[in-house]
Amino acid sequence: MSKSAATRPRPLSPHLQIYRFTPTMAMSILHRITGIALFFGTLLFVLWLLAAAGSKTQFDFINGLFGSILGRLILFGYSWALIHHALGGIRHLLWDTGHGLEKHTSRTMAIMTLIGSVVLTIALWGAAWALRGGF
Amino acid sequence: MVEFTLPKNSKVKPGKVWPKPEGATNLREYRVYRWSPDDTENPRVDTYYVNLDDCGPMVLDGLIWIKNKIDPTLTFRRSCREGICGSCAMNIDGANTLACTKGMADVRGDAVRIYPLPHMPVIKDLVPDLSIPYAQLSSIEPWLQTVTPEPATEWRQSHEDRAKLDGLYECILCFCCQTSCPSYWWNGERYLGPAVLLQAYRWLIDSRDEATGERLDMLEDPFRLYRCHTIMNCTQTCPKGLNPAKAIAEIKKMMVERRA
Repeated sequence: MSKSAATRPRPLSPHLQIYRFTPTMAMSILHRITGIALFFGTLLFVLWLLAAAGSKTQFDFINGLFGSILGRLILFGYSWALIHHALGGIRHLLWDTGHGLEKHTSRTMAIMTLIGSVVLTIALWGAAWALRGGF
Repeated sequence: MVEFTLPKNSKVKPGKVWPKPEGATNLREYRVYRWSPDDTENPRVDTYYVNLDDCGPMVLDGLIWIKNKIDPTLTFRRSCREGICGSCAMNIDGANTLACTKGMADVRGDAVRIYPLPHMPVIKDLVPDLSIPYAQLSSIEPWLQTVTPEPATEWRQSHEDRAKLDGLYECILCFCCQTSCPSYWWNGERYLGPAVLLQAYRWLIDSRDEATGERLDMLEDPFRLYRCHTIMNCTQTCPKGLNPAKAIAEIKKMMVERRA
Protein backbone atom coordinates (compact mmCIF):
# COMPACT_ATOMS: atom_id res chain seq x y z
CA MET A 1 0.00 0.00 0.00
CA SER A 2 1.35 3.43 -0.91
CA LYS A 3 2.05 5.95 1.83
CA SER A 4 -0.74 8.30 0.85
CA ALA A 5 -3.27 5.48 0.98
CA ALA A 6 -2.05 4.40 4.40
CA THR A 7 -2.33 7.86 5.88
CA ARG A 8 -5.78 8.64 4.57
CA PRO A 9 -8.30 7.90 7.32
CA ARG A 10 -10.77 5.16 6.53
CA PRO A 11 -14.44 6.14 6.43
CA LEU A 12 -16.99 4.52 8.71
CA SER A 13 -19.51 2.44 6.79
CA PRO A 14 -23.17 3.58 7.04
CA HIS A 15 -25.19 1.97 9.85
CA LEU A 16 -28.49 3.46 11.12
CA GLN A 17 -28.78 5.35 7.83
CA ILE A 18 -29.12 2.14 5.80
CA TYR A 19 -30.18 -0.63 8.18
CA ARG A 20 -33.76 -1.77 7.63
CA PHE A 21 -35.63 -1.60 10.94
CA THR A 22 -36.73 -5.00 12.23
CA PRO A 23 -39.77 -5.18 14.58
CA THR A 24 -37.50 -6.28 17.47
CA MET A 25 -35.12 -3.39 16.82
CA ALA A 26 -38.00 -0.88 16.67
CA MET A 27 -39.54 -2.19 19.91
CA SER A 28 -36.15 -2.07 21.63
CA ILE A 29 -35.82 1.62 20.80
CA LEU A 30 -39.47 2.27 21.74
CA HIS A 31 -38.81 0.56 25.09
CA ARG A 32 -36.08 3.13 25.77
CA ILE A 33 -38.15 6.07 24.56
CA THR A 34 -41.16 5.03 26.65
CA GLY A 35 -38.82 4.57 29.62
CA ILE A 36 -37.66 8.18 29.28
CA ALA A 37 -41.26 9.34 28.76
CA LEU A 38 -42.28 7.54 31.97
CA PHE A 39 -39.68 9.54 33.90
CA PHE A 40 -41.42 12.77 32.90
CA GLY A 41 -44.89 11.23 33.23
CA THR A 42 -44.07 10.26 36.81
CA LEU A 43 -43.15 13.89 37.50
CA LEU A 44 -46.69 14.83 36.40
CA PHE A 45 -48.07 12.22 38.78
CA VAL A 46 -45.95 13.63 41.64
CA LEU A 47 -47.20 17.12 40.77
CA TRP A 48 -50.80 15.85 41.06
CA LEU A 49 -50.07 14.23 44.47
CA LEU A 50 -48.35 17.40 45.72
CA ALA A 51 -51.36 19.46 44.69
CA ALA A 52 -53.66 17.01 46.46
CA ALA A 53 -51.54 17.35 49.60
CA GLY A 54 -51.67 21.15 49.22
CA SER A 55 -54.87 23.10 49.08
CA LYS A 56 -58.17 22.66 47.26
CA THR A 57 -57.33 25.59 44.96
CA GLN A 58 -54.02 24.01 44.00
CA PHE A 59 -55.67 20.64 43.41
CA ASP A 60 -58.48 22.13 41.32
CA PHE A 61 -55.91 24.03 39.26
CA ILE A 62 -53.76 20.96 38.51
CA ASN A 63 -56.83 18.78 37.98
CA GLY A 64 -58.15 21.39 35.56
CA LEU A 65 -54.86 21.35 33.62
CA PHE A 66 -54.86 17.56 33.40
CA GLY A 67 -58.52 17.58 32.42
CA SER A 68 -58.00 19.91 29.45
CA ILE A 69 -57.81 18.47 25.93
CA LEU A 70 -54.01 18.83 25.86
CA GLY A 71 -53.74 17.42 29.38
CA ARG A 72 -55.80 14.40 28.45
CA LEU A 73 -53.72 13.83 25.32
CA ILE A 74 -50.56 13.85 27.43
CA LEU A 75 -52.14 11.48 29.96
CA PHE A 76 -53.24 9.21 27.11
CA GLY A 77 -49.63 9.14 25.86
CA TYR A 78 -48.38 8.52 29.40
CA SER A 79 -50.71 5.57 29.92
CA TRP A 80 -49.69 4.11 26.54
CA ALA A 81 -46.00 4.52 27.42
CA LEU A 82 -46.62 2.79 30.76
CA ILE A 83 -48.43 -0.15 29.20
CA HIS A 84 -45.93 -0.47 26.34
CA HIS A 85 -42.99 -0.39 28.75
CA ALA A 86 -44.67 -2.93 31.04
CA LEU A 87 -45.33 -5.33 28.15
CA GLY A 88 -41.72 -4.83 27.01
CA GLY A 89 -40.60 -5.59 30.55
CA ILE A 90 -42.54 -8.86 30.57
CA ARG A 91 -40.88 -9.73 27.24
CA HIS A 92 -37.47 -9.11 28.78
CA LEU A 93 -38.34 -11.26 31.83
CA LEU A 94 -39.28 -14.11 29.51
CA TRP A 95 -36.05 -13.66 27.53
CA ASP A 96 -34.02 -13.78 30.73
CA THR A 97 -35.26 -17.34 31.27
CA GLY A 98 -33.88 -18.24 27.82
CA HIS A 99 -37.30 -18.52 26.16
CA GLY A 100 -38.90 -16.64 23.26
CA LEU A 101 -35.58 -15.87 21.57
CA GLU A 102 -36.21 -17.74 18.32
CA LYS A 103 -36.20 -15.67 15.14
CA HIS A 104 -39.93 -15.82 14.40
CA THR A 105 -41.12 -15.96 18.03
CA SER A 106 -39.20 -12.81 18.95
CA ARG A 107 -40.52 -11.07 15.85
CA THR A 108 -44.12 -12.00 16.64
CA MET A 109 -43.67 -10.95 20.28
CA ALA A 110 -42.35 -7.55 19.18
CA ILE A 111 -45.36 -6.95 16.91
CA MET A 112 -47.73 -8.17 19.66
CA THR A 113 -46.12 -5.74 22.13
CA LEU A 114 -47.07 -2.82 19.91
CA ILE A 115 -50.58 -4.07 19.09
CA GLY A 116 -51.16 -5.10 22.72
CA SER A 117 -50.08 -1.74 24.11
CA VAL A 118 -52.43 0.17 21.79
CA VAL A 119 -55.37 -2.17 22.43
CA LEU A 120 -54.88 -2.13 26.23
CA THR A 121 -54.54 1.67 26.31
CA ILE A 122 -57.76 2.12 24.37
CA ALA A 123 -59.45 -0.47 26.61
CA LEU A 124 -58.23 1.38 29.71
CA TRP A 125 -59.61 4.71 28.48
CA GLY A 126 -62.79 3.00 27.32
CA ALA A 127 -63.23 1.54 30.80
CA ALA A 128 -62.61 4.96 32.36
CA TRP A 129 -65.15 6.43 29.96
CA ALA A 130 -67.74 3.78 30.87
CA LEU A 131 -67.15 4.17 34.64
CA ARG A 132 -67.46 7.94 34.51
CA GLY A 133 -70.35 7.83 32.07
CA GLY A 134 -68.57 10.07 29.55
CA PHE A 135 -65.82 12.67 29.93
CA MET B 1 -20.45 5.92 22.10
CA VAL B 2 -23.80 6.56 20.49
CA GLU B 3 -23.42 8.64 17.35
CA PHE B 4 -26.37 8.61 15.01
CA THR B 5 -24.71 10.43 12.11
CA LEU B 6 -21.64 9.57 10.09
CA PRO B 7 -18.33 11.46 10.47
CA LYS B 8 -17.69 14.11 7.84
CA ASN B 9 -15.27 11.99 5.81
CA SER B 10 -17.80 9.13 5.75
CA LYS B 11 -20.88 10.95 4.44
CA VAL B 12 -22.12 9.21 1.33
CA LYS B 13 -22.35 11.38 -1.82
CA PRO B 14 -24.31 10.64 -5.00
CA GLY B 15 -22.13 8.68 -7.41
CA LYS B 16 -21.81 7.83 -11.04
CA VAL B 17 -24.48 6.16 -13.19
CA TRP B 18 -22.73 3.62 -15.41
CA PRO B 19 -24.11 3.07 -18.92
CA LYS B 20 -26.62 0.28 -19.51
CA PRO B 21 -25.15 -2.75 -21.32
CA GLU B 22 -25.84 -2.47 -25.07
CA GLY B 23 -28.69 -4.51 -26.49
CA ALA B 24 -29.74 -5.91 -23.11
CA THR B 25 -33.45 -5.88 -22.31
CA ASN B 26 -33.60 -7.81 -19.04
CA LEU B 27 -31.88 -5.41 -16.62
CA ARG B 28 -31.50 -5.20 -12.85
CA GLU B 29 -30.33 -2.01 -11.21
CA TYR B 30 -27.53 -2.21 -8.62
CA ARG B 31 -26.62 0.67 -6.31
CA VAL B 32 -23.27 -0.01 -4.75
CA TYR B 33 -21.24 1.81 -2.07
CA ARG B 34 -17.82 2.88 -3.37
CA TRP B 35 -14.79 4.30 -1.61
CA SER B 36 -11.16 4.24 -2.67
CA PRO B 37 -8.13 4.99 -0.50
CA ASP B 38 -6.29 6.18 -3.62
CA ASP B 39 -8.19 9.44 -4.20
CA THR B 40 -9.48 12.20 -1.95
CA GLU B 41 -13.22 11.74 -2.49
CA ASN B 42 -15.90 10.90 0.07
CA PRO B 43 -17.76 7.57 -0.26
CA ARG B 44 -20.41 7.51 -3.01
CA VAL B 45 -23.10 5.20 -4.37
CA ASP B 46 -22.65 4.12 -7.99
CA THR B 47 -25.49 2.83 -10.16
CA TYR B 48 -24.95 -0.15 -12.46
CA TYR B 49 -27.25 -2.14 -14.72
CA VAL B 50 -26.79 -5.91 -14.75
CA ASN B 51 -27.85 -7.94 -17.79
CA LEU B 52 -29.88 -10.73 -16.21
CA ASP B 53 -29.80 -12.79 -19.42
CA ASP B 54 -26.02 -13.07 -19.04
CA CYS B 55 -25.77 -13.49 -15.28
CA GLY B 56 -26.46 -15.96 -12.45
CA PRO B 57 -29.37 -15.49 -10.01
CA MET B 58 -27.54 -14.47 -6.84
CA VAL B 59 -26.57 -10.97 -5.69
CA LEU B 60 -22.91 -12.06 -5.80
CA ASP B 61 -23.32 -13.18 -9.44
CA GLY B 62 -24.42 -9.63 -10.24
CA LEU B 63 -21.40 -8.11 -8.49
CA ILE B 64 -19.02 -10.45 -10.34
CA TRP B 65 -20.79 -9.63 -13.60
CA ILE B 66 -20.31 -5.89 -12.97
CA LYS B 67 -16.63 -6.42 -12.15
CA ASN B 68 -16.07 -8.50 -15.29
CA LYS B 69 -18.20 -6.56 -17.75
CA ILE B 70 -18.46 -2.94 -16.58
CA ASP B 71 -16.11 -1.77 -13.84
CA PRO B 72 -13.04 -3.85 -12.90
CA THR B 73 -12.21 -1.48 -10.03
CA LEU B 74 -15.25 -2.63 -8.00
CA THR B 75 -13.78 -4.34 -4.93
CA PHE B 76 -15.37 -7.00 -2.70
CA ARG B 77 -14.42 -10.22 -0.92
CA ARG B 78 -15.75 -13.56 -2.17
CA SER B 79 -14.53 -17.10 -2.29
CA CYS B 80 -16.71 -20.21 -1.98
CA ARG B 81 -19.96 -18.89 -3.55
CA GLU B 82 -21.95 -21.36 -1.45
CA GLY B 83 -22.36 -19.79 2.00
CA ILE B 84 -19.59 -21.61 3.84
CA CYS B 85 -16.60 -19.22 3.76
CA GLY B 86 -18.32 -16.05 4.99
CA SER B 87 -16.24 -13.75 2.77
CA CYS B 88 -19.04 -12.01 0.88
CA ALA B 89 -20.89 -10.76 3.99
CA MET B 90 -22.34 -7.32 3.23
CA ASN B 91 -25.42 -5.19 3.77
CA ILE B 92 -27.93 -6.00 1.02
CA ASP B 93 -31.36 -4.37 0.91
CA GLY B 94 -30.92 -3.03 4.44
CA ALA B 95 -29.91 -6.26 6.15
CA ASN B 96 -26.61 -8.09 6.56
CA THR B 97 -26.30 -11.34 4.66
CA LEU B 98 -24.09 -13.31 2.29
CA ALA B 99 -24.19 -12.07 -1.30
CA CYS B 100 -23.73 -15.63 -2.58
CA THR B 101 -26.82 -17.06 -0.89
CA LYS B 102 -29.09 -14.03 -1.35
CA GLY B 103 -31.16 -14.28 -4.53
CA MET B 104 -31.59 -11.13 -6.60
CA ALA B 105 -35.27 -12.05 -6.92
CA ASP B 106 -35.60 -11.91 -3.11
CA VAL B 107 -34.55 -8.26 -3.03
CA ARG B 108 -37.58 -5.99 -2.80
CA GLY B 109 -37.83 -2.65 -4.55
CA ASP B 110 -36.46 -1.26 -7.78
CA ALA B 111 -32.76 -1.65 -7.07
CA VAL B 112 -30.34 -3.95 -5.27
CA ARG B 113 -28.75 -1.66 -2.69
CA ILE B 114 -25.39 -2.83 -1.37
CA TYR B 115 -23.21 -1.40 1.41
CA PRO B 116 -20.29 -2.81 3.37
CA LEU B 117 -21.01 -4.39 6.78
CA PRO B 118 -22.31 -1.48 8.92
CA HIS B 119 -20.29 0.70 11.29
CA MET B 120 -16.89 -0.68 10.26
CA PRO B 121 -13.82 1.12 8.90
CA VAL B 122 -13.81 0.67 5.12
CA ILE B 123 -10.62 -0.55 3.40
CA LYS B 124 -12.09 -0.22 -0.08
CA ASP B 125 -15.63 -0.36 -1.55
CA LEU B 126 -17.38 -3.35 0.07
CA VAL B 127 -14.32 -4.53 2.04
CA PRO B 128 -14.51 -3.67 5.76
CA ASP B 129 -11.61 -3.84 8.22
CA LEU B 130 -12.49 -6.74 10.55
CA SER B 131 -9.35 -6.56 12.71
CA ILE B 132 -11.26 -5.69 15.88
CA PRO B 133 -13.78 -8.57 15.70
CA TYR B 134 -10.91 -10.98 14.97
CA ALA B 135 -8.95 -9.68 17.95
CA GLN B 136 -12.08 -10.08 20.09
CA LEU B 137 -12.45 -13.65 18.88
CA SER B 138 -8.83 -14.36 19.94
CA SER B 139 -9.55 -12.86 23.36
CA ILE B 140 -12.11 -15.55 24.24
CA GLU B 141 -9.50 -18.28 23.43
CA PRO B 142 -11.69 -20.33 21.07
CA TRP B 143 -10.01 -23.70 21.54
CA LEU B 144 -10.31 -26.71 23.85
CA GLN B 145 -8.72 -26.08 27.26
CA THR B 146 -8.12 -28.91 29.72
CA VAL B 147 -6.19 -29.67 32.89
CA THR B 148 -6.61 -33.46 33.00
CA PRO B 149 -3.87 -35.35 31.12
CA GLU B 150 -4.59 -35.85 27.45
CA PRO B 151 -6.18 -39.25 26.76
CA ALA B 152 -4.29 -41.79 24.64
CA THR B 153 -6.93 -41.71 21.92
CA GLU B 154 -9.43 -38.86 21.78
CA TRP B 155 -11.55 -36.74 24.15
CA ARG B 156 -14.77 -38.72 24.47
CA GLN B 157 -18.18 -37.05 24.32
CA SER B 158 -21.68 -38.49 24.63
CA HIS B 159 -24.21 -38.04 21.85
CA GLU B 160 -26.24 -35.78 24.16
CA ASP B 161 -23.26 -33.54 24.94
CA ARG B 162 -22.30 -33.41 21.29
CA ALA B 163 -25.85 -32.30 20.42
CA LYS B 164 -25.37 -29.22 22.62
CA LEU B 165 -22.93 -27.89 20.03
CA ASP B 166 -25.53 -27.95 17.25
CA GLY B 167 -26.51 -24.45 16.22
CA LEU B 168 -23.13 -23.16 17.41
CA TYR B 169 -20.40 -25.02 15.52
CA GLU B 170 -22.00 -24.06 12.18
CA CYS B 171 -21.01 -20.39 12.60
CA ILE B 172 -18.78 -19.33 9.70
CA LEU B 173 -17.62 -16.06 11.32
CA CYS B 174 -18.96 -13.86 8.54
CA PHE B 175 -19.74 -11.17 11.19
CA CYS B 176 -23.17 -10.38 9.70
CA CYS B 177 -24.64 -10.54 13.23
CA GLN B 178 -21.73 -8.71 14.84
CA THR B 179 -22.14 -5.68 12.56
CA SER B 180 -25.97 -5.71 12.67
CA CYS B 181 -26.02 -5.02 16.41
CA PRO B 182 -26.61 -1.39 17.50
CA SER B 183 -24.97 -2.17 20.86
CA TYR B 184 -21.89 -3.24 18.94
CA TRP B 185 -22.07 -0.09 16.78
CA TRP B 186 -21.98 2.13 19.87
CA ASN B 187 -19.56 0.10 22.02
CA GLY B 188 -17.70 -2.06 19.49
CA GLU B 189 -14.36 -1.83 21.23
CA ARG B 190 -15.63 -2.97 24.64
CA TYR B 191 -18.67 -5.13 23.91
CA LEU B 192 -17.62 -8.49 22.43
CA GLY B 193 -20.61 -8.67 20.08
CA PRO B 194 -22.97 -11.52 19.09
CA ALA B 195 -20.59 -13.53 16.87
CA VAL B 196 -17.82 -13.62 19.47
CA LEU B 197 -20.23 -14.37 22.34
CA LEU B 198 -21.76 -17.24 20.35
CA GLN B 199 -18.23 -18.65 20.02
CA ALA B 200 -17.65 -18.10 23.75
CA TYR B 201 -20.81 -20.11 24.50
CA ARG B 202 -19.74 -22.84 22.08
CA TRP B 203 -16.73 -23.52 24.39
CA LEU B 204 -18.62 -22.89 27.63
CA ILE B 205 -21.05 -25.75 27.01
CA ASP B 206 -18.52 -28.14 25.45
CA SER B 207 -18.51 -31.08 27.89
CA ARG B 208 -14.78 -31.67 27.20
CA ASP B 209 -13.67 -28.13 28.06
CA GLU B 210 -12.35 -27.62 31.59
CA ALA B 211 -11.89 -23.83 31.62
CA THR B 212 -15.58 -22.94 32.12
CA GLY B 213 -14.94 -20.92 35.30
CA GLU B 214 -12.10 -18.89 33.79
CA ARG B 215 -14.15 -18.28 30.65
CA LEU B 216 -17.09 -16.97 32.70
CA ASP B 217 -14.74 -14.81 34.80
CA MET B 218 -13.47 -13.19 31.61
CA LEU B 219 -17.05 -12.43 30.45
CA GLU B 220 -18.27 -11.10 33.82
CA ASP B 221 -18.01 -7.46 32.76
CA PRO B 222 -20.54 -4.66 32.22
CA PHE B 223 -19.40 -4.28 28.62
CA ARG B 224 -18.01 -7.57 27.28
CA LEU B 225 -21.24 -9.51 27.89
CA TYR B 226 -23.88 -7.24 29.39
CA ARG B 227 -24.05 -4.68 26.57
CA CYS B 228 -26.44 -7.12 24.91
CA HIS B 229 -29.88 -5.53 25.30
CA THR B 230 -31.76 -8.22 23.32
CA ILE B 231 -32.30 -6.01 20.28
CA MET B 232 -32.30 -9.32 18.34
CA ASN B 233 -30.84 -7.99 15.08
CA CYS B 234 -28.22 -10.76 15.28
CA THR B 235 -30.76 -13.58 15.21
CA GLN B 236 -32.91 -11.82 12.61
CA THR B 237 -30.00 -11.41 10.20
CA CYS B 238 -27.84 -14.56 10.57
CA PRO B 239 -27.50 -16.06 7.05
CA LYS B 240 -26.92 -19.50 8.56
CA GLY B 241 -30.11 -19.41 10.66
CA LEU B 242 -28.20 -19.53 13.97
CA ASN B 243 -29.29 -17.79 17.17
CA PRO B 244 -26.57 -15.64 18.81
CA ALA B 245 -29.16 -13.90 21.04
CA LYS B 246 -30.09 -17.23 22.59
CA ALA B 247 -26.42 -18.14 23.12
CA ILE B 248 -25.90 -14.82 24.92
CA ALA B 249 -29.01 -15.39 27.07
CA GLU B 250 -27.64 -18.82 28.01
CA ILE B 251 -24.32 -17.25 29.09
CA LYS B 252 -26.22 -14.74 31.24
CA LYS B 253 -28.10 -17.67 32.79
CA MET B 254 -24.83 -19.49 33.51
CA MET B 255 -23.62 -16.35 35.30
CA VAL B 256 -26.68 -16.33 37.57
CA GLU B 257 -26.61 -20.08 38.16
CA ARG B 258 -22.98 -20.16 39.29
CA ARG B 259 -23.68 -17.44 41.87
CA ALA B 260 -26.52 -19.47 43.41
